[in-house]
Amino acid sequence: MNLYQLIKLALRGIIDNKLRSFLTMLGIIIGVASVIALVSFASGATSQVTSQLEGMGSNILNVNIMGRGTQTTLTYEEALELKNPYISGIAPTVNSGMTVKFMNKTYDTSVIGTNTDYFIINNRELEAGKAITEIDLENRARVAVIGPDAAKELGMLNPVGETIKIGGNNFTVVGLLKSKGSSMMGSQDDMVIVPITTAQRLFQTGGVRSITAQAASPDDVEAAKAYLEADLKRLFKDDEDAYSVFDQTELLNTVKQSTSVLSMMLGGIAGISLLVGGIGIMNIMLVTVTERTREIGIRKAIGAKKRDILTQFLIESSVLSGVGGIIGVIVGFVLTKILSTVANIPTQTTLLTVGVSFGFALLVGIAFGVYPANRAANLNPIDALHYE
Amino acid sequence: MRGDCMIHIENMTKIYRMGKVEVRALDGVDIDIDEGEFVAITGPSGSGKSTFMHLLGCLDTPTSGTYILNGSEVSKLKQDKLADIRNREIGFVFQEFNLLPRLTALENVELPLIYRGMPVHERRERAKVALEKVGLADRTNHRPTEMSGGQQQRVAIARALVGDPNIILADEPTGNLDSHSAHEVMDMLKDLNSAGRTVILITHDMSIASEAKRIVRILDGRILSDEVVA
Ligand SMILES: Nc1ncnc2c1ncn2[C@@H]1O[C@H](COP(=O)(O)OP(=O)(O)O)[C@@H](O)[C@H]1O
Ligand SMILES: [Mg+2]
Repeated sequence: MNLYQLIKLALRGIIDNKLRSFLTMLGIIIGVASVIALVSFASGATSQVTSQLEGMGSNILNVNIMGRGTQTTLTYEEALELKNPYISGIAPTVNSGMTVKFMNKTYDTSVIGTNTDYFIINNRELEAGKAITEIDLENRARVAVIGPDAAKELGMLNPVGETIKIGGNNFTVVGLLKSKGSSMMGSQDDMVIVPITTAQRLFQTGGVRSITAQAASPDDVEAAKAYLEADLKRLFKDDEDAYSVFDQTELLNTVKQSTSVLSMMLGGIAGISLLVGGIGIMNIMLVTVTERTREIGIRKAIGAKKRDILTQFLIESSVLSGVGGIIGVIVGFVLTKILSTVANIPTQTTLLTVGVSFGFALLVGIAFGVYPANRAANLNPIDALHYE
Repeated sequence: MRGDCMIHIENMTKIYRMGKVEVRALDGVDIDIDEGEFVAITGPSGSGKSTFMHLLGCLDTPTSGTYILNGSEVSKLKQDKLADIRNREIGFVFQEFNLLPRLTALENVELPLIYRGMPVHERRERAKVALEKVGLADRTNHRPTEMSGGQQQRVAIARALVGDPNIILADEPTGNLDSHSAHEVMDMLKDLNSAGRTVILITHDMSIASEAKRIVRILDGRILSDEVVA
């Protein structure tokens, strides 16, 4: 008996017994759908978190100055001197919330004073214009690079070349940042960047409390951190509470690890429900074999071999799980869509997830079909014929 | 006893054991059946007729004795080979029709050819021809439940002859039919025999048995008489 014929027959059996087939497939449907929905959710969350973390730049060390006694901050020059051979870039920053004005529009935003390394370390690219230059820093130039959100709020269509007022001073906008979206640290597009030397005058507080440094390579992170800590310790006369050095890579790895554990756990839980679905199929297939003992007898009487009966029942259980798997994939997609739109959760459904869950469903159907099919194939034709 | 017959049976015994009770359903049967014969096997209920048919039809194996079919010893054959013999050499007609309820008449008739691995087109053609022969050309797409008993038995006969077997084994084929349908079925079996096929008919009804050319009477698993009629 050929495969096509057998599949057709099995499908007809499913259609003839709609309710029972549906109930049998329910376990598989729920299993596949939940694998897809949960893994899509988990990998969506993972990729969102990692892309945000990676967007922050790689091999980054954050230095925060809490201060000691009267020395609560570092000067720009002191901060730059923290650079050591393992550090490829260092960006001291000062920032303050300020009112920015363009034409007759005003907007409160975060004004960041920093240097040229800032753009490299934080992966800040420009949509238009240019970044802050060394010359700007030297000259305390009144130039600004504006974030797209701030530009929008101020109604600036073509910000580069325009003049804005920050705290009453005129600044020329020289660059527009490329949008980066928001991260856990808030919007990265709602800001105005000016040379740190200019900012120190503007804010009237010259002290640097925050420094971002980038190690030359992942292998250099540890050494860079050690040197930084040693220098800071000396600077603050052994008071280790006066500063902190934070390794972002560590955070990145921790988050990556915990999200991948999360997706594996969710996938595993859903996988178990698939397995339970398989047991449901085995259960029904055993009932089916008993119910159809007579049919098996008739088929054997007219020449069906053991292998014919075995394949027939195996195909039936695989068709059951296969159809259940297909419905499960559809339900899984719908569920994922609902999850991402209604609950506003980022999801990511990959072909791999769909393929693996469907394949696993099929496998479960075959595996749990073996025992009932074998039982059917081994029936004695006479006993089968006489079965009432 | 001649050894060159199509069917050669010697001292065939079948014992059913149920716990401590032993039932000798067949008890030392000797019989030879030639190609083209029309044999009726008759006897009261419980005499062992069906058991005999199952053994003849390679559905079951004897407890002891010899059964040579077309020159080969059946009890030495493997399950798959027996299935092959049932498929190619024997056509069964049962009292309960034994059609598959989920399949149409045509699909039921096709079944033996499917297990033979025949391509779709050819087997469909042959199944249609077989259904025409039993006068059911207009019922090909009906399911068994949509047909009368007589029609169902005719489908079963079509299924038995579609594979062109040498032997037709019919166990009480008229047992569940009204006299008109029974008559039709008997006529078909007679026609099949006239066309050269060996027909072995099992029945407890003497009036039906008398339509055969040879009548074998069994009682308690033994042959009482074996006579050629007319
Ligand atoms: N599978 C079986 N198990 C036990 N005893 C059986 C079985 N089949 C038949 N018998 C017994 O064997 C004897 C012959 O039965 P059977 O061949 O069916 O007779 P008939 O067809 O002539 O009515 C009966 O006594 C019956 O009870
Ligand atoms: Mg009987």
